[in-house]
Amino acid sequence: MQKAMIQLEALSCPSCLQKIEKAVTGLEGIEKDSVKVMFNASKVKADFNADTIAIEQIEKAIEDLGYPIIKSKVKPA
Amino acid sequence: MQRYILQKKNHIMLISAMLIALGFLGRFGIDSMLIFNAALITASILGIAPIAIQAYQALKVKVVSIDVLVTIAVTGAILIQNYEESAIVTFLFLFGAYLEQRTLNKTRSAIKELTELAPESAWKQMEDGEFEEVDVDDVDEDDILLVKTGARVPVDGTVLSGEGHLNEASITGESLPVSKIKGSEVFAGTILENGTIQIKADRVGEDTTFGRIIELVEEAQDSKSAAERFIDRFSKYYTPAVLVLGIIVWLFTNNLELAITVLVLGCPGALVIGVPVSNVSGIGNGARNGVLLKGSEVINDFSKVDTIVFDKTGTLTIGNPEVAESAFYGNNKAEVLGYLASVERESDHPLAKAVLQEIGAAHFSTVEETEVVKGGGIIAQIDGHRIAVGNVALMEKENIVLSEQVKKDVQRFEKNGSSLVLTAVDGTLQVLMGIRDQIRLGVKEDLQKLKKLGVKNLVVLSGDNQGTVDIVARELGLTEAHGHMLPEDKSAYIEKLQADGQIVAFVGDGVNDSPSLALADIGIAMGSGTDVAIETSDVVLMNSDFSRLPHALGLTKSTARNMRQNIIIAVGVVVILLTSLIFGDWMNMSIGMLVHEASILVVILNGMRLLRYHLGGSKTNETEKAVMNQTETNSAA
Repeated sequence: MQKAMIQLEALSCPSCLQKIEKAVTGLEGIEKDSVKVMFNASKVKADFNADTIAIEQIEKAIEDLGYPIIKSKVKPA
Repeated sequence: MQRYILQKKNHIMLISAMLIALGFLGRFGIDSMLIFNAALITASILGIAPIAIQAYQALKVKVVSIDVLVTIAVTGAILIQNYEESAIVTFLFLFGAYLEQRTLNKTRSAIKELTELAPESAWKQMEDGEFEEVDVDDVDEDDILLVKTGARVPVDGTVLSGEGHLNEASITGESLPVSKIKGSEVFAGTILENGTIQIKADRVGEDTTFGRIIELVEEAQDSKSAAERFIDRFSKYYTPAVLVLGIIVWLFTNNLELAITVLVLGCPGALVIGVPVSNVSGIGNGARNGVLLKGSEVINDFSKVDTIVFDKTGTLTIGNPEVAESAFYGNNKAEVLGYLASVERESDHPLAKAVLQEIGAAHFSTVEETEVVKGGGIIAQIDGHRIAVGNVALMEKENIVLSEQVKKDVQRFEKNGSSLVLTAVDGTLQVLMGIRDQIRLGVKEDLQKLKKLGVKNLVVLSGDNQGTVDIVARELGLTEAHGHMLPEDKSAYIEKLQADGQIVAFVGDGVNDSPSLALADIGIAMGSGTDVAIETSDVVLMNSDFSRLPHALGLTKSTARNMRQNIIIAVGVVVILLTSLIFGDWMNMSIGMLVHEASILVVILNGMRLLRYHLGGSKTNETEKAVMNQTETNSAA
C-alpha cells in the first residue's frame, strides 16, 4: 500500500471537494476510506495499491476535472 | 480545449464585462437593439462555457454542483430570450468566483507563510568530502550537511562542528536567537543568523518537528466539527433539492423565468464556505502567535471552557528550582560556600543544582570522602573538615545544635514554601538556604485575563505539599489548590469536575500529565516544540510560553463567534432572497446572483478579520512585528 500526497492549485469552491473526492474514490485500487481532500490546504491524500493503479492515473483523474496539480509525493504507507 | 477554457476563465470574465458594457452602450447610446442583443448573446455564450464544463465534469462523477444550477438557469434564460439576464448572471458568477479565490488566498496566507518557511535545499557532504547543494528531498538520515550564515537548517539534526546563533521562531514562536555549539540539537526551518555549522541529519522531511507542525496545522484547518459535517451533508442534498424545486415550480406554474430564478437564488455558497473560512483564519492567527489549535472542534470546545486546571511544576512555575532566600551564621562565608559548592558538585539532585547556580564561581576543593544519607543529605570530608549538607533531620542526626535564630529562620522559610538545605562545618551550622521553584513571569496577569474572558474556576493540582501549593495559589489568586496529587489523582479530579457538568481544560507539560491531557475536554500542552505532547494534546503553546494562553482563549472565542455570524449571514440571505421572490416583484436572476455572490464575499471578509485578532493589552503586537520582520527578511533572501 502506498500513500499519495497531491498538492493542487488553491481550491476555491467547497463543491470542488465533492467532485475530487468522488472522482478519486471511484478509481480502481484506491483505499476508499483513506481519501481525504483538504479544502484549505488544497491537498489530496489517499492510500492506493501500487499494483493496480499508478500515481499518474490518480493525477490524471484530478486534472481531467480541471484542477491543475502542483506536485505529488508517494511514500510507503 | 476544456482545460484551456478553464485557464482563461479570468480573461473570459473581462471580455464578457466589456461585451455587456458595449451592449448597453449600443442600446442606450445609439439605440441599437441589434448591437445589444448580439453583444449580450456573445457574452452569455462565452461566459457559460467554463461554467458548463465544470458542470459537466461534476455530473460525470454524479455531483449536482452550483455550476449545474447556474448552467441550467442561464440556458433557460437564453431560451426565453432574456439575454440581459443570462449575460449578467454568468458575469457575476465568474467575477464572484474570481474575488472568492483572491480573498480566500488571504485567509490562508498565515498558514502559507508558515509552510513557505520549509527549507528547499541543503549543502550535503558527498563521497569525496566536498559539499554540494542538493534538493532537500535528497537528504537522508545520517547525512552530513553544511549550514551557512543566513541559511535555513534543512533537517532536524545534531551539531558536529562549528557554532552559531539560530533563530528558532518557526518552531517556538520565540524570535530571540539561541546559541548552538557542538552536540546541540538543531531544528529544520530555523535560521542560522551567524556562524557556520556542520550537522548530522537525525530526522528528515515530514518527520522533522517542523514537518510535523505543518502537517498538524494543515490537518487542523481542514478538520471538521460536527456542525460542519452536518452542513456538508446538508449541502450534498440541498443543491439537487433546489434543482428539483425548480422543476416543480416550472411544471406547476409553467413559468420558466420563475423556475430558473429559483435555481439561482437557491445556490448554497456562503453557507458552505462560511465556517471553513473562519476556521482557517483563526488557526492561521494562532499559528502565527505560537498557539497551535487542532481544528474547529477544539475551537468550539475551548471557547466554552468553565474551568482551567493547571499542573504546578513547569506550568505556573518555571520548573527550575532556585535559591529564593538564604541566611549565613558563620564568619568565613567564602570558605563555607566553597565547601558547599564542592560537595554539591558531586550530586545531581535538583536542589544541589539550584545551590550551585546560586553560588556561581567558587573555590572548589577536593572532596575526600562522601557518604549519602538517604532522605537526609550528604556528609563529606574536605581538607580535614567534616561537612554536612542536608535537611533538618540530617542536622539532628549529626547532633548539630540549632540556635533560636536558626529555628526562627527555618520556620519562616518553610512558611514561604521553600525546601531547606542546611550546611554545617565541623558540627556548627553555617548556612541555611531556602529553595523554591519560581513562578513564571507575568503568570498572575495572564490568569487575570483568563478570568476576564469568562473562565470561572482556576485550579492548581500538584504533587507538592499542600503548603507550597497554597502559597502559589494565594500569590496567583487561584480559586482552588490541591497538593499531594499523583497523576491518577489529577485525572480523577478532572473526571469529578466533568461529572459536575463543567467543561474542563487541563494545562500541563505533557510528560507525566498525559492521562489528564487526554481526559480533559481540552488538553493544552506547554510544548517546547519538540515534545510528543504536540501530538497528544488539543492545543499547544509553543515554547512553553504561558502568556499565549489568554490569546488562545480569546482567539477561540472570537473564532467561534465568527463562525456563528457566518452561518447566520448565509442562512439569512437565502431566506430573504426566497421570501422576496415569493412576496415581492422586484426580484430577478441578476439581483439574486449579485446578493448571493456578495454574501459569499461578506463571510470571507468577516472571517479574514480573525487574522488580525489580538487580545487587548497582550504581547501579540510585538510578536506579530517579530514575525513580520522575519517574513520580510525571508522574502528579501
